[in-house]
Amino acid sequence: MALLEVKDLKVRVEEREILHGLTLTVNEGEVHAIMGPNGSGKSTLSHVIAGKPGYEVTDGQILFKGEDLLEMDPEERAAKGVFLAFQYPVEIPGVATMTFLRTALNAQRKARGESEYSTPDFLKKVREVSKSLNIPQDMLKRGVNVGFSGGEKKRNEVLQMALFEPSLCILDEMDSGLDIDALRIAADGVNALRSPGRAMVVITHYQRLLNYIVPDFVHVMSKGRVVKSGDKELALELEASGYTQFEDAA
Amino acid sequence: MPAVQETVERVKRIDVDQYRYGFETLIDSEKAPKGLSEEIVKFISQKKNEPAWMLQWRLEAYRRWLTMTEPTWARVEYPKIDFQDIYYYAAPKPKKTVTSLDEIDPEILKTYEKLGIPLREVAMLEGVEPKVGEEDPARRKIAVDAVFDSVSVATTFKAELKKAGVIFMPISEAIREHPELVQKYLGSVVPTSDNFYATLNSAVFSDGSFVYVPPGVRCPMELSTYFRINERNTGQFERTLIIADKGSYVSYLEGCTAPQRDENQLHAAVVELVALDDAEIKYSTVQNWYPGNSEGKGGIYNFVTKRGDCRGANSKISWTQVETGSAITWKYPSCILRGDNSSGEFYSIAISNGFQQVDSGTKMIHLGKNTSSRIISKGIAAGKSQNTYRGLVTAHRKATGARNFTACDSLLIGDKCGAHTVPYIEAKNSSATFEHEATTSKISEDVLFYCIQRGLSQEEAVGLVVNGFVKDVLQQLPMEFAVEAQKLISISLEGSVG
Ligand SMILES: Nc1ncnc2c1ncn2[C@@H]1O[C@H](COP(=O)(O)OP(=O)(O)OP(=O)(O)O)[C@@H](O)[C@H]1O
Ligand SMILES: [Mg+2]
Repeated sequence: MALLEVKDLKVRVEEREILHGLTLTVNEGEVHAIMGPNGSGKSTLSHVIAGKPGYEVTDGQILFKGEDLLEMDPEERAAKGVFLAFQYPVEIPGVATMTFLRTALNAQRKARGESEYSTPDFLKKVREVSKSLNIPQDMLKRGVNVGFSGGEKKRNEVLQMALFEPSLCILDEMDSGLDIDALRIAADGVNALRSPGRAMVVITHYQRLLNYIVPDFVHVMSKGRVVKSGDKELALELEASGYTQFEDAA
Repeated sequence: MPAVQETVERVKRIDVDQYRYGFETLIDSEKAPKGLSEEIVKFISQKKNEPAWMLQWRLEAYRRWLTMTEPTWARVEYPKIDFQDIYYYAAPKPKKTVTSLDEIDPEILKTYEKLGIPLREVAMLEGVEPKVGEEDPARRKIAVDAVFDSVSVATTFKAELKKAGVIFMPISEAIREHPELVQKYLGSVVPTSDNFYATLNSAVFSDGSFVYVPPGVRCPMELSTYFRINERNTGQFERTLIIADKGSYVSYLEGCTAPQRDENQLHAAVVELVALDDAEIKYSTVQNWYPGNSEGKGGIYNFVTKRGDCRGANSKISWTQVETGSAITWKYPSCILRGDNSSGEFYSIAISNGFQQVDSGTKMIHLGKNTSSRIISKGIAAGKSQNTYRGLVTAHRKATGARNFTACDSLLIGDKCGAHTVPYIEAKNSSATFEHEATTSKISEDVLFYCIQRGLSQEEAVGLVVNGFVKDVLQQLPMEFAVEAQKLISISLEGSVG
């Protein structure tokens, strides 16, 4: 079943069109990789799906589980299962990571009409997940992402993903800034979350990540459009030949 | 339960207006005629059964006041106040002479109940078995002095405090019962001639709290005073005097609320703290006077003089304030570091939203040797408000080894508000080390969106970020008040975004 349907999406930022009619369908259980040169609009697409303000959708449609996603507030999208692992996770000084996780998780559960986690249940869950991601408990006492290394920030994103159990995970360059071990740990964390009901959109510049998180589909984005789609072989092809061949197609 | 969510819950429960203390209590009251004159000063003094010296003191202040003009240096704007158009005395009319809590007008008791302030100590003393995971109620005891309009209506835990030798009573009572202490210390930190509003207060103050902690005594519980303005067109002029004798310790908290009114009301309080050798006073304020409505109409003018004197060696005074209310705040809790090795602290959270104007900060006056002070100020401006930090740190010629650390951070929410930092630093000897740091930042859209993407609403996100921003200061508050303050912060930022 289609989880996410992006149809002919046109998006402007400050009067400038960035996405010029983008179409993408992601079914439950699938992993899609999106590759493309800098500035081609990958992060823009992820932001629009998540509902970040500042983007004007001038045409097209986004359906999530058949519902009009663009009609929903961003927090509503989160509660319904849209998760974006940010390319640049922000720091929130003074707010302990643990407090943040709990506040966010309970806000989502509440929006779905579910009961809040009890403290022991919550702690147990966080401990499990953070252990599997090699995140020390100490880190959770610190302010959200404050003083975290690049790799720690990315792992913190995967931690939240595991905790919130979203049905659509968009990972915007989760491999950037990760050393080879950290990459494996994070990728393992992501793979552990692969399930028949959940889909992933993995944005990356490097084929290497796709050795760890093996995609069902690979899309090439250029100048605000998907210009080519294929299977995982497409990523290898790109690695060899670069993006120049698509410049004209866009 | 995460505080932010709980806050939002609470906010939703408040109907129409967000100011939850905006109700009015319908009780009979006894007022002096409007306006100010020697007659009114005498009237107040008489009402309070004051000795002659007290009346004399007031009259001197009044005469002095007539020669003074309102200060205009603060970054606040308001129409000229007509001091003859204010009632200087209003007291809830007692049904008969009040000798116990049971005889207080039930309406007033209800008011304090609504405010969540326990005036019935019995309920706490009987204190059923504490629930699992809860603290023993005996350890959470807080003695309360409640001041309604100009009059103290109840003081709790008097007997227990007396056992420890601590005097905690309305200042009007202290003037009669402990004249030697009052005469010795009243006006010794904030002289009657100090400034326009302090001088006015000296002439017309009607009540407030008095605390004396004897040598070597650690006050067995938190002391607190709740101020409530109820009457229309009435100024509130309370006077607080706290003396910590040698080697003693006391922690004191004041809270303030007022009904919603279209007209502005004047509040001009004076607080004096005296810490003798090795004594420590911790003074916390959660100020939530009515800030005015969303169009900037009404609200309290809060012109307050607060000063602590570290009179003895090794003494310490610490001010912590959470200022969320009032249309205008003009307030600079200060420390005079007179005793050698004495130290002063000022921790402040000042939030302004709507049309509120805040001009607040502190003065640290280093006079003794090896004195130290620390200033942590967090200003948050939202809506169309203006928020100014004004601070003065000086070291006297003889204050060798004086040290100060100041950190002033301002956070702007939206682009119609302003934050300003006005620090004055003055060292008259070369051994002083003063450090000053200041930052101003806008609440970041990216940070808000990060929180929202994780399921928080815009308002919850702002509340969370701001609570993180002020954490260093919140930690200085007594635990229970910290929770309350955290909620208050989120509530006062309601409607600051979007
Ligand atoms: N807020 C903005 N204001 C102006 N231009 C913007 C804004 N956000 C994005 N853009 C522009 O939109 C284009 C696409 O940006 P986007 O961040 O989506 O690219 P990307 O494919 O994620 O690139 P990268 O691989 O470098 O992360 C760029 O030209 C960028 O400058
Ligand atoms: Mg990008």
